[in-house]
Amino acid sequence: MVTIHHFMVLSAVLFFIGVFGVLFRRNLIVIFMSIELMLNAVNLSFVTFARYTQSMDGHVVAFFVMALAAAEAAIGLAILVMIFRNRATVQADDLSLMRD
Amino acid sequence: MELVVFYTLAGFSVVGALLMVTRKSPLAGALALVVSMAALAGLFAMLHAEFVFILQILLYAGAIMVLIIFTIMLLNLSPKELKERPVGKVKGLIIFAATVAGFLGFLRVLLMLPEGVPYVAPTFGNIEEVGALMLSSYMFPFEVISVLLLVAIVGIVVLAKKSI
Repeated sequence: MVTIHHFMVLSAVLFFIGVFGVLFRRNLIVIFMSIELMLNAVNLSFVTFARYTQSMDGHVVAFFVMALAAAEAAIGLAILVMIFRNRATVQADDLSLMRD
Repeated sequence: MELVVFYTLAGFSVVGALLMVTRKSPLAGALALVVSMAALAGLFAMLHAEFVFILQILLYAGAIMVLIIFTIMLLNLSPKELKERPVGKVKGLIIFAATVAGFLGFLRVLLMLPEGVPYVAPTFGNIEEVGALMLSSYMFPFEVISVLLLVAIVGIVVLAKKSI
C-alpha cells in the first residue's frame, strides 16, 4: 500500500536536491534546471494531497504552476541568452554587480 | 505490486535529479532531468491525475525541456566557460547543515499526516472533471494565467530584439 508519506518524502527529497543545485552550483543553466525540479516537486505534493483529500483542486493548482513554469522558462532562458550575448558568461558569480 | 512500481519510478526520478545537479555538462544534466520528469509523470498517473500526467509529458518533458536543450545548444559553451568554481568549505558546510535541518523539520511535520488510502471515484482527475472545476471555481485565476502568458510572450519579443 502506497501511503501519503511515500509521496511526500519523495517530493521533499526532490525539492531539497533542487535546493542543493541552486545553492552549490554556479552555472546559470543548472541553477535554472534546479528551479524547474523544485517546481516539479511542489506539483507532486499538490497532486498527492489532491488524491488523499479526495478533492481535485490540487490538480487545477498543478496546472497553474505548470503554466507559470512555462512562462518563467521562456523569459528566464531569454534573459540567459541576453546575458551571454552581452557579458559572455554563464557563471552566477560573474554577475555580482548588484551584490558588491 | 503498487509499491514496486512506486519505488521504480521514485528511483528513476531521484537518480535523474541527482545526476542533473552533479553533472558538469548542462546537456547531460538536461537529459537526466527529462528522465526524472518522465518518471514523475508516471507517479502522477499512479495518483489518478490523468490530466496532470498528460500535461507533465507534453509541457515539462516536452516543451520546457526542448526549450532548455535548445538554449544550451544555442549558447554552445566551451569547456573553459563550464569550469565549476566550488563553494568554500565553511560556507558549503553551513549551507549543507541548514538544508538537512530543513529537510528533517519537514519530515517531523510529515509524521502528523494520517495513514490510509481513501477511495476515489474512477472519474477522479480526468480531463472532464478537472476542466469543469477549472472553468467554474477557478475561473479568475485561469484568466489571470492567460494574461500572464500574453505578457510573457511580449516580454520575450522585447528581450530577443537586438535594439528596441
